[in-house]
Amino acid sequence: MKWVTGSAFVYLSAVKILAVFGLLMLIIAFWTLVERRGAAFIQNRLGPNRVGPGGLFQPVADGLKNFFKEETLPPFADRALFVLAPMMAFIPAFLTFSVVPFASPLPTPWGLVRMQVADLPIGFLFILAISSLGVYGFVLAGWSANNKYALLGGLRGSAQLVSYEIAMGLSAVAVLVFAGDISLNVIVARQQASVWFVLPLFLAFFLFLVAAFAETNRLPFDLPEAESELVAGYHTEYSAMKFAMFYLAEYSNMVTASGLLVCLFFGGWDIPFTSWDNTAPWTVWKTLATFVAFWAKTLFFLLLYVWVRWTVPRFRFDQLMDLGWKVLLPTALGYVIFIALATWALEVPGHEFGVREGLILAAANVVLGYFFFRVLDRNRVLGGPANRGRKLWRASAARRRS
Amino acid sequence: MTFAFWFFAGAAILASFLCITRRSPVSSALWLITTLFNVAALFVLLDAHFLAAVQVLVYAGAIMVLFLFVIMLLNLGDAAPGENPRWSPSRVVGFLAGLGLLAELLVLRSAVPPDAIRLPPGVVAGEMAGHGAVQSLAVPLFQAYLVPFEITSLMLLAAIVGAVVLAKRRL
Repeated sequence: MKWVTGSAFVYLSAVKILAVFGLLMLIIAFWTLVERRGAAFIQNRLGPNRVGPGGLFQPVADGLKNFFKEETLPPFADRALFVLAPMMAFIPAFLTFSVVPFASPLPTPWGLVRMQVADLPIGFLFILAISSLGVYGFVLAGWSANNKYALLGGLRGSAQLVSYEIAMGLSAVAVLVFAGDISLNVIVARQQASVWFVLPLFLAFFLFLVAAFAETNRLPFDLPEAESELVAGYHTEYSAMKFAMFYLAEYSNMVTASGLLVCLFFGGWDIPFTSWDNTAPWTVWKTLATFVAFWAKTLFFLLLYVWVRWTVPRFRFDQLMDLGWKVLLPTALGYVIFIALATWALEVPGHEFGVREGLILAAANVVLGYFFFRVLDRNRVLGGPANRGRKLWRASAARRRS
Repeated sequence: MTFAFWFFAGAAILASFLCITRRSPVSSALWLITTLFNVAALFVLLDAHFLAAVQVLVYAGAIMVLFLFVIMLLNLGDAAPGENPRWSPSRVVGFLAGLGLLAELLVLRSAVPPDAIRLPPGVVAGEMAGHGAVQSLAVPLFQAYLVPFEITSLMLLAAIVGAVVLAKRRL
């Protein structure tokens, strides 16, 4: 079956855009509820459970409330930029999902349709480029409100996003070098042919995960809106739907980051240990099954966001910068060199990268990861309480003996 | 295709004009970002997808953020009406340079490029389909032009070190 072309391509693309936008909005709305119920679960309380069965319609109530609340406009704000800023946060956040493939191709009467809004030749770079524009929303929101807390939040946000973008990009370079291509479709196909990249590239996965938390402004890195220091950070002066747009942008960034983690490290829409789902005669059932597989993995990472949020306390700003520039960036750089050397050493002419190479690299990652986490841990957790207790016990035993 | 070209080219010119005429430095910076974005769209029309992505990523996404950062930190207000005189020497030089560039473009428009530097139609698209957007750029960059590329990166490194030394007197 051929790929769809011509005017059918245009119409089907429009349908895909609408469908993906609707799906994202649905997930975001539902995830605000999951977040609140998850927070309640971790803090041993109930959370919103009054609207609908189990609080299921709480997002609808919240949305209606946001539409009907008063729109405030601070008297000394820069009016145009104040209105523009939420849109500049919202649009890139939704645009980045367009290159993420979320299921196997769907056969239609007009030809095969990729389950991805746009199959761009630059794939991953498009995500980096567009997500780097998202920072303007935060910066302008902080500046235009003419409020010193908002300005501080905006400044922190821009510093944080620019710093962690580099670590995020560099940790993804390891994946691109290993896969040998930049298009997300090819990266997913490589993982289906060999192993999921989380095994051979575990350190890159860890660095990417940390950078993704920082890029989406989520705890433990939500310094731009740290409520104990900055009221509400860059969106202090916003209310009603303009505030909701920042909220939607944050959740949409989370969905994209989770989808990206799945595509780069967890095989995208691959169903593990089988190959029937990624070989040629495409059917509707395959599309549905892989769709479920992709979203199951993505929702797991979204759940991880909620889980981490209520587990790890907030960093201090200088700790955040130290982590980004002195730990993540050099590690990612060294790891790219390591992966490039390893790919070169394991390369046999005329032999595709397969499971064997993946497992060799996975073993190397276990060794590297041990030293990395040992250094990062500074004897707190890994060699921590047990060792310290043993030392104290020995010291007291020596004292008793003398 | 032609419509897309004129649309993005017109938007780029309009945005760059607004960039140099706005009073507020923040809106100037924003219009400059719009210009860069539209130029990236023109790169896409030329099948230079990688250049377009890098243009948005580096210029619009990183360098202009730093510009805005500095503008906000210094808290520059709008320029006062008398602050920028109508005819300063730098404006005259800029105007003359612009006229020179325009004349050059008009002359070049009527010139026919020699066959040696013209690719037959479809070569770029074929290259993109065969090797991807990045490889067709990476191979010449890291093989034929490796030395110039490394010299450029050395220059950038020297600039970074110089900036740090100048800005931080006590290291």
